[in-house]
Amino acid sequence: MKTEKHILSILVDNEPGVLSRIAGLFSGRGYNIESLCVAETTDPKISRLTIATKANLPLVEQIKKQLNKLINVVKVFELTGTDFVQRELAMIKVRALPEHRAEILRIVDIFRCKVVDVGLEHYTLEVTGDEDKLAAILSLLKPVGIKEIARTGVIAISRDPKGG
Amino acid sequence: MKLTGAQILMKTLQEEGVDTIFGYPGAATIDIYEELSKTRIRHILVRHEQGAVHAADGYARVSDRVGVCLVTSGPGATNTVTGIASAYMDSIPLVVLCGQVPTHLIGNDAFQEVDIVGITRPCTKHNYLVNQTEDIARIIKEAFHIARSGRPGPVLVDLPKDVIKRSISYAPPQSLRLRSYNPTYRPSKKQLQKVVELIKQAQRPVIFAGGGVILSKSADRLTEFARKTRIPVTASLMGLGAFPGSDPLWLGMLGMHGTYRANMSIAGCDLLIAVGARFDDRVTGKTDAFAAQAQIVHIDIDPTSIRKNVPVSIPVVGDCGLALDILNHLIDELKLEDLSQKRQPWFDQIENWKRTTPLAYNTQCAMIKPQFVVEKLYELTRGNAIIATEVGQNQMWTAQYYHFDRPHRFLTSGGLGCMGYGLPAAIGAQIACPDQLVVDVAGDGSIQMNIQELATAVQYQLAVKVVILNNRCLGMVRQWQELFHDKNYVSTQMEHAPDFVKLAEAYGAMGLRAVKPAEVETVLRKGLAAPRTVIMEFLVDPEECVYPMVPAGAPISEMLL
Repeated sequence: MKTEKHILSILVDNEPGVLSRIAGLFSGRGYNIESLCVAETTDPKISRLTIATKANLPLVEQIKKQLNKLINVVKVFELTGTDFVQRELAMIKVRALPEHRAEILRIVDIFRCKVVDVGLEHYTLEVTGDEDKLAAILSLLKPVGIKEIARTGVIAISRDPKGG
Repeated sequence: MKLTGAQILMKTLQEEGVDTIFGYPGAATIDIYEELSKTRIRHILVRHEQGAVHAADGYARVSDRVGVCLVTSGPGATNTVTGIASAYMDSIPLVVLCGQVPTHLIGNDAFQEVDIVGITRPCTKHNYLVNQTEDIARIIKEAFHIARSGRPGPVLVDLPKDVIKRSISYAPPQSLRLRSYNPTYRPSKKQLQKVVELIKQAQRPVIFAGGGVILSKSADRLTEFARKTRIPVTASLMGLGAFPGSDPLWLGMLGMHGTYRANMSIAGCDLLIAVGARFDDRVTGKTDAFAAQAQIVHIDIDPTSIRKNVPVSIPVVGDCGLALDILNHLIDELKLEDLSQKRQPWFDQIENWKRTTPLAYNTQCAMIKPQFVVEKLYELTRGNAIIATEVGQNQMWTAQYYHFDRPHRFLTSGGLGCMGYGLPAAIGAQIACPDQLVVDVAGDGSIQMNIQELATAVQYQLAVKVVILNNRCLGMVRQWQELFHDKNYVSTQMEHAPDFVKLAEAYGAMGLRAVKPAEVETVLRKGLAAPRTVIMEFLVDPEECVYPMVPAGAPISEMLL
């Protein structure tokens, strides 16, 4: 059966040890975590976790059921297959020698990202976007020389009807 | 009203109806014990914390109450882990209370400190570290609620010493509200109607009962269902007792050491109705070949059990008892035609399997056959004893040759397969049922894993009986070595063992031994009649194997006979 990426959005009690319960569930049962983000929601008692995992369909069903079984999990939504928006933020430190500086800034412009730190031999860029956009900018920056990268992993939220 | 944490704990435990605690004191729990002595709760002092958990497990299984343990921090807590893991696998409701170092020392590698909440996270249904005295009452109430509701399981509560000692002005907790925990009890009637349609069409149906039938107290309803629909019944190890072992519809246990007819029925059935089971690998063998011709109906309260291991045609999430009630009701409404005639070829086939390949062993042997001991035990107790087992051959022979007519009579570590379970579980069962005969069927290997609990049995004057099938080896592993590893008996020969009769006497129990088949009945009669703790040792044929056997990973129909 085909293994595909699934994005799960999970509301949990904002309590010590909850992240460990979820991470432990994934590692203990051999499930894959591609990325994981967690932060408080507007209700300080509840946090939202966004997990990207690779699994086939029966397995992702099992993952959702296992998550729901945890006492501290309030709700599990699978966003994959629904209408949703996803973003990831990356900070990319690139080598910026004089001969490349103009080229890098052109890329910054095209991808609508920001330079957040500058030095004689580097730029640090802040990029947000979906997976494809990040992959594209990374491939363009690679020849220039990527010194370091920090990524948040994907966060996502469902789209509501436009209304009107 | 000012109360200390320990006082609040005792108050809450009594409100939850706790009358017995299995435990072992230590520095971190000394204040709790001080308060415990002022209550009517009975404390059973075990000899090892693993014993406390198994005893609470045995107590819970026969009494349908939550078993409670109290242990100290550090090693006291880590010693409970095996018992907790076993209860978790078998869905037994327990609350395990652990002492912990004071909160200001947590994380400092303090004396007898261990992160027991971290350690037991994957083997408890839920667990708690209590950070402040104000939370004790609420957390204890939640712990009992979680342990006994939905699919039951063990819950651990870690209690730091300062949280226990501190006094607060006590306010009773508000009503229990866990917004993220709502087990589904009521099954979908629509799904169950589909099940009835399948039952009407089926030519070769089988019911497969698991431990969930016993946990949901619905053995009588399952029996009614099977008799009404004329469907033969098999069960997993955990499901033994869910259907009367003496009923003509009974197929025997299925799985790795299941009966020939049960396994062949699974392979040949066109409808399998699984109730409260989780399709463990010891039950299914090769999953692709398991009930390959059948539509599978799966009724279980835990959605994760459904479609975890085998594909299911009709999933039904809910309480087994409620589901069986609805099924029985629907069947009454429909006034099903008499199905006996339609099912006759299927019954003939099953009868044929039973006749040609029954459970059997060599009855002409000069040595004692272990199966013979279990058969005699069944006969002499008329199937009425509460039977605990250890793990391995002793467990499988008991499952095969002791026929359980009622639920809550068979205590065994089914999922975890935990040697050393039987004796403490038997002690817990005897505490819960002082007037019943409780027997632990053991091997010479597994009995030595928690033999120290003999002292507990003697101290509390419990007439627990231990039957040791002594084959001088670790029989089940030896059997695998014989069959699959060219008889390379690595480390399975117990070249030295204690003299169990003298050992029993040293503990203040009675010790008896049989070495010849003719002595078996005499020893059993004498041991079972004695109003005290007894070890009965039977020197059995060391080369006896458990048959039938499905090699691990093979289809269930491919049995070594």
